[in-house]
Amino acid sequence: MSRTYLVRSASDTAEIERRRWMFRHPVVIRLTHWVNALCLLVLLMSGLQIFNAHPALYWGKVSTFDTPLLAMTSTEDDPPKGVTTVLGHTFETTGYLGSSPGADGEPADRGFPSWLTLPSDQDLTGGRSWHFFFAWAFVLNGLAYLLYGLLSGQLRFRVIPSGDQIRHFGASIWEHLTLRFPQGDEAKRYNVIQKLTYLVVLFVLLPMQVLAGLAMSPAMDAAFPFLLTLFDGRQSARTVHFVVAGLLVLFVLIHVALVVLSGFWNNMRGMLTGWFVIERKVEPAADGTGGAA
Amino acid sequence: MSRQPNRRTLLLGATAAAGTAMLGGCDRLGEAEWFRRTLKTGEDANLFVQRLFLTERTLAPEFAEADISPWFKPNGTEDPPDKAYKALARGKFAKYRLEIGGLVEAPFKLSLAELRRLPARTQITRHDCVEGWSAIGKWTGVPLAELLTRAKLKPEARFVVFHCADTMDQDDDDDTTADEDDAPAGNANPAMTKQSGGGEDRRDSGGQQASGAASADGPASVRYYESIDLVDAFHPQTILAYEMNGKDLPVANGAPLRLRVERNLGYKQAKYVMRIEVVEGFADIGDGKGGYWEDQGYAWYAGI
Repeated sequence: MSRTYLVRSASDTAEIERRRWMFRHPVVIRLTHWVNALCLLVLLMSGLQIFNAHPALYWGKVSTFDTPLLAMTSTEDDPPKGVTTVLGHTFETTGYLGSSPGADGEPADRGFPSWLTLPSDQDLTGGRSWHFFFAWAFVLNGLAYLLYGLLSGQLRFRVIPSGDQIRHFGASIWEHLTLRFPQGDEAKRYNVIQKLTYLVVLFVLLPMQVLAGLAMSPAMDAAFPFLLTLFDGRQSARTVHFVVAGLLVLFVLIHVALVVLSGFWNNMRGMLTGWFVIERKVEPAADGTGGAA
Repeated sequence: MSRQPNRRTLLLGATAAAGTAMLGGCDRLGEAEWFRRTLKTGEDANLFVQRLFLTERTLAPEFAEADISPWFKPNGTEDPPDKAYKALARGKFAKYRLEIGGLVEAPFKLSLAELRRLPARTQITRHDCVEGWSAIGKWTGVPLAELLTRAKLKPEARFVVFHCADTMDQDDDDDTTADEDDAPAGNANPAMTKQSGGGEDRRDSGGQQASGAASADGPASVRYYESIDLVDAFHPQTILAYEMNGKDLPVANGAPLRLRVERNLGYKQAKYVMRIEVVEGFADIGDGKGGYWEDQGYAWYAGI
């Protein structure tokens, strides 16, 4: 049925279009992608719930309660104001950070608001249960993805830039900034910025996030003291865990924005059924096809 | 909605509605017993996997004098309201007797002075609260292994339970309020609350000293308690500390005696320890989950 739709829209006049179907995402990739998406969402929201139990961050081995890097507090006013302090700078964040309406609608002292935490009410132990369960799911799912990706060659194809891509790095950045997406053969593979981004997320941010999480565990610190060396102490590890979570949110926001801008339905169909349409446009190309080999 | 909603507004509205529905759904899911049990398998996996990496001798990191926190944040009870405890504190704990019983061949009681004459261990370790903060302190005390060896465990002994002097008052204590709010109040189980009264009675009958400490606060009062298994109990860094940072343990930090069971989070580090009971299981103590916070839903294993 989607083919009908495509035939109809292919009748554009000015350009001669050729649509080609490409089986882009094998089932393991699709499955692990959506499991991963669910895990990251739950981990973020339950993580913010855990953060709310002590909404402050420090650097080093211990908490220096008087000099937090970041703190979310509420004032004694009626109604209370939410105050966020970042590196010594204070901002009023009533309604969002520090003080926001609880389940009963009354202002509650909480770091992040209830619509961002899981469970929505203040519930540290509930948050921990969600977090640990989905942390295991995330790690096992990630290992399955990596194992499959390595054995099938998908990982190499997806995240390692080829020589020609690296040579045209500058042009690729320009294409990205002007939101011109590759077409034709070039659309069959991820572009160089995509590859490098996935490379960093896969092999830097996500492993760092897991290690920083483990470094907060007193038992893991006993078994693997290098975790503390790596992050300069448990409280730094907690701060890194928070910052990397923020970077992952940033990644997801950009990822979703680009999914929408570069053809939402085509991308969604690709990640749901595996099938992706490559459009070849034959038109006078100025600089847009510079990246094509 | 006076003017025509555009696509963006509609989309945002739909997203917000879906988000709210999802959140509500997750909350309801989180309250369902089967799902709660499913989620808990994550915490069971923590225990199983972490124990694979830890030998009985794997030590928690120890720190230098210079690392000691200038202020060791007390948490939970900071001044037990119990009359019996207050009387002991007024007498500088001269009348305090630590009692060791349960599944042991040779139960005994020890005064603070007698405890101080036993072999001691001093360690500078990090305390990690389940809330997320950390502090470093120097602890001196008797290795629990020393006491358990003297008491001679019976073969069926599996866990060590620490009965504490402090009655947990849900409304009184500023510092614990945060924790207690964290406890799943929404799903508080009235049946469980009744059970804790029963547990209290059982505990009172456990020994003279405990009945003394248990004063007449009424049957509904629940005292702090904790439990650890024998792996942690015989760990070289597991001590009953009577000194913090080279001075007598302050009341706020658990005087006269508190547990240090390194490699575990703060709520395992029971303060105001009055009685040590060796048991085969803890199903009939308190609400049966192995500790005061465990009864509120926290994981029994607190290594992460």
